[in-house]
Amino acid sequence: MTTDLQPRRRTSAAPPWWFTLPALLLFAFVVLVPSARGVYYAFTDWDGLDPDFAFIGLDNFTAMADDPDALQAIWHTLLIAVAITVLQNGLGLLLALGVNTAIKSRNLLRVLLFAPAVVTPIVTAYLWRNLLGPDGAVNSLLGVFGVEGRNWLGDPDLALWMIVLVVVWQFAGYSMVIFVAGLQSIPKEIYEAAAIDGSGPVRRFWSIVRPLLAPAVTINLMLSIIGGIKLFDQVYALTGGGPGHATDTISTLIYKDAFTLGEFGYSIALAVVLTAIVAVISAGQYTVLNRNEKAAS
Amino acid sequence: MNRYTTKTFALEMLMIAVAIVFAFPVYVLVNLAFRAPSDTSSPIALTQSPTLANFTDAWREGGLGGALINSVLVTAVSVLIVLTVSSLAAYPLARSTAHWSRGTFLLIMLGLILPFQLAALPLYQTIRDLGLLGSVWSLVLFYAGLQVPFTTFLYVGFLRALPRDFEEAATIDGCGPLTAFRYVILPMLKPITVTALVLNTVSVWNDFFTPLLYLSGSDQQTMPVAVAGFVGQFVSDWNLIFAALLISIVPVLAVYLSLQRSIINGFAGGLKG
Repeated sequence: MTTDLQPRRRTSAAPPWWFTLPALLLFAFVVLVPSARGVYYAFTDWDGLDPDFAFIGLDNFTAMADDPDALQAIWHTLLIAVAITVLQNGLGLLLALGVNTAIKSRNLLRVLLFAPAVVTPIVTAYLWRNLLGPDGAVNSLLGVFGVEGRNWLGDPDLALWMIVLVVVWQFAGYSMVIFVAGLQSIPKEIYEAAAIDGSGPVRRFWSIVRPLLAPAVTINLMLSIIGGIKLFDQVYALTGGGPGHATDTISTLIYKDAFTLGEFGYSIALAVVLTAIVAVISAGQYTVLNRNEKAAS
Repeated sequence: MNRYTTKTFALEMLMIAVAIVFAFPVYVLVNLAFRAPSDTSSPIALTQSPTLANFTDAWREGGLGGALINSVLVTAVSVLIVLTVSSLAAYPLARSTAHWSRGTFLLIMLGLILPFQLAALPLYQTIRDLGLLGSVWSLVLFYAGLQVPFTTFLYVGFLRALPRDFEEAATIDGCGPLTAFRYVILPMLKPITVTALVLNTVSVWNDFFTPLLYLSGSDQQTMPVAVAGFVGQFVSDWNLIFAALLISIVPVLAVYLSLQRSIINGFAGGLKG
């Protein structure tokens, strides 16, 4: 089939480039151009309204380095993102291993455990704000077991972890479903052969499941860490960044600085830092996980 | 592995216990939403004389009806647009091996990592200058563009795994590229379209940050913004708030439960791509 007819037929079948135009225009108008403009505003003192604003170089960024609220927010953002990633995927994997067995309720459990992931985050966050309140259901439940209740969201040492708890509760089922999809792509024969050869469940998990689950791990880690870094709704609804600034993240600070303080330029500079963090982590993750996936296959 | 042993039974009980712990917040939500404000017993005690009054009050005072219509409108129109333009764009991006194609694909994929906070603030200014602030159409425009990268990513992955035979046959038979796309490609894309439809619907419907910026202060609201406003207005009247929360999640849960099979299978498809 190496006639000279084939390449010509290929090119005639190739769809024209202008098919990408509508998507590209929309994407450019909504994401690309505003993001580029955002990077420019990060070097200005714009207040969001005044057409006269000045280019101030790196001032916003040096101001950030001296701003304890900003530094704290960056720290909180990283802490929340890492905690969510570890706990959500750890729990998601355990749930996936649980429902991917011969238990009778496995389909029902999958549907139930995934359900919170489709509900509006701001709504689940308000629900939990009440549950974790001083007279809320969590304290009532603890009271039944004779444990003294606490002011979960009002305590600066606890509030951040409560945000993590709510996100993990909502999205562990999401990780679970992706892990289940990964587990089901592992051929049963390999697993059974290993069992016949006398390897125990731990050995089988480590030597068979873990490497073959690599694509699911990649997707899950990417989704949860990027989601964690961008987190806004849950913080807004649960604590509003408080008490004090104990739970402020980069996202809530961006919102406050832009819309309550009118510091648009500074706020956009924070968004640029957020972008840089996402980019560095995504790139690092891509390199490491891609290598692992290749090594596993 | 397929025998139901005592161990399997123990695991079953454990998993059901875990599911009960997960469902506990939902129990409290439903329990309190049906409870009269005068009933001050423990939030975990089963409500003794349930009432529907919270629901009628929340519906009347929260403007939830209007918000529901806006949310349905914004979600339906923007998801329709994004599915159309993304599937169309994915076709040459998946098929062409030219340099422009690879470059364009990478450019669009850049959108997967750019945080929306970066674009949303400068776009706020453009939306204001266009006079669209406070209009739900600003949201349609925003989501149509914002969801392009993820949706195109799904379509390109799916298309790359599809054989070219059918479209080549169609081209030889004299189909133009648009006709080939409409009658040959689009029908083959159906499984991934369902996945993309559901995932886009969930993220557009649930978004809070953007409508908070673009619609605040106007009488146009989407469901998440209306709920947030409602919580602010009825600060400590949690029975009423819970009724509003419950009303707001019913449409999402209804869509989820009717499509859950294809949603969960869609993930499996996405993994192979």
